Amino acid sequence: MTDAEIRQAFLQELTQIAPDIDPGNVGEDDHLQDDLDLDSMDFLNLVTALHQRLGVDIPEIDYPKIATLALAVEYLKSRAD
Amino acid sequence: MAVFAMPSLGADMEAATLIAWMIQPGDTVTRGDVVAVVETQKGAIEIECFEEGTVETLDADIGATLAVGAALATIRAPGEDAVSAPKPAAQPEKRAEPKAVAQAPNHPALPADAPPPMASAHSTSAPKSPPVGPRAGEAPAASPAARVLAAEREIDLATVTGTGPGGAVFLADVEAVQPGPPGAEPVKVRAKAGLDKDAMRTAIANAMARSKREIPHYYLTRTIDLQAAVDWLAATNAKRTPDTRLLMGALFVKASALAAAQVAQMNGHYDAEGFHPAKAVHAGVAVALRGGGLVAPALHDAETLPLDTLMAKMRDLVARARSGRLRSSEMTDGTITISAMGDAGADAMAAVIYPPQVAIVGFGAPVARPWIIGDTIIPRMTVTVTLSADHRVSDGRRGAKFLTALDAALQTPEAL
Repeated sequence: MTDAEIRQAFLQELTQIAPDIDPGNVGEDDHLQDDLDLDSMDFLNLVTALHQRLGVDIPEIDYPKIATLALAVEYLKSRAD
Repeated sequence: MAVFAMPSLGADMEAATLIAWMIQPGDTVTRGDVVAVVETQKGAIEIECFEEGTVETLDADIGATLAVGAALATIRAPGEDAVSAPKPAAQPEKRAEPKAVAQAPNHPALPADAPPPMASAHSTSAPKSPPVGPRAGEAPAASPAARVLAAEREIDLATVTGTGPGGAVFLADVEAVQPGPPGAEPVKVRAKAGLDKDAMRTAIANAMARSKREIPHYYLTRTIDLQAAVDWLAATNAKRTPDTRLLMGALFVKASALAAAQVAQMNGHYDAEGFHPAKAVHAGVAVALRGGGLVAPALHDAETLPLDTLMAKMRDLVARARSGRLRSSEMTDGTITISAMGDAGADAMAAVIYPPQVAIVGFGAPVARPWIIGDTIIPRMTVTVTLSADHRVSDGRRGAKFLTALDAALQTPEAL
């Protein structure tokens, strides 16, 4: 998958979980919990959705590695190989 | 031919907006089938049918505001002829003003059903008084929700035309005085169930104000060693795919439910006759809604659920609370509520009891604190729990027993 495809997939799953978030407005470094107000249930739902969609199982210790859009795209790309 | 009418969905419910049909003419329905989804102050609720038979006509339009007793659908009983029954002349709601109350002639049902019991806690028991309009100088009869909204919008209730019995003013009547800009209205009528944040805020305000007015709260706090639970949770989740992982919140709910099962005075309902302890623990789970708002739907029999099952049910409950698909039993059956700050935000939370319950358990954010084990000081993950309880039902010693049981349950997470 290309960076753009991963980014799009991530944003789509994110806005499924938090429909009030405008995907066009998500900054590269916006923190999912601190800036976008995702709680632990939201976060787990996101991780579950990404697992289903991209086949990447993100363990709990890696959660900080997907805390922003920029970090997430990088992480998911490295795991998808 | 039977007309299936809008049922009452709870103590503070006045009217609902129809947002989706789940049936169409020609469908066969049986008791319990979900026929429609309506939006109330507390969010969207699925309406279950009481009638059996074939759907003849749908008698309300999407976007219509339905008072309790308003016609929803006409159901032809099995074996009846398909004779067209006289429809209530009701449904010419003005499309330009979707908030207008359906003026159904089947209002004879209304005085018995509305307004809700909560209104009788105030002096404005409008439908129970003789049907005279408000006299000049007298406060007009109005529902609590109508009063709040009128006060907010600085509308004089005496100038509002009430559509309730005796000219009583309902919430919809106050809203009709100052309808929102035309562009705003369609936002409330969506294919996907949404929540009217203002209406929800009003419902929460009413419930919390009533709680503080009627329930003498007392508060007990304990800081609990959470390290065992944190370690067990991390180890358990490391072996699981995301769809089966657990959240600390599920451990909090299960531990609280087990403690509530041991201390009966924390679990049940209080009404005019006094305290009614409940046999089962139906744990209300406080769910924060994105953009504001709070609901606390109940997880039935929480003390009996294996942790994995409880977690799955919690995920489902939270998803439906946020997308607006709760069931009326979830709204009314809670016997105790658990509320948690989540990962950050506050060390402790002294929550407000949801009437008619008698206790609520508030968890602060888990945080590492210096802890003493034996003679040494070591950092441990801890959480501060605050029990708010009804002093008419229990005293501090019973509350302390509850906290002790809760603490003990969290020390053996594998047994939850």
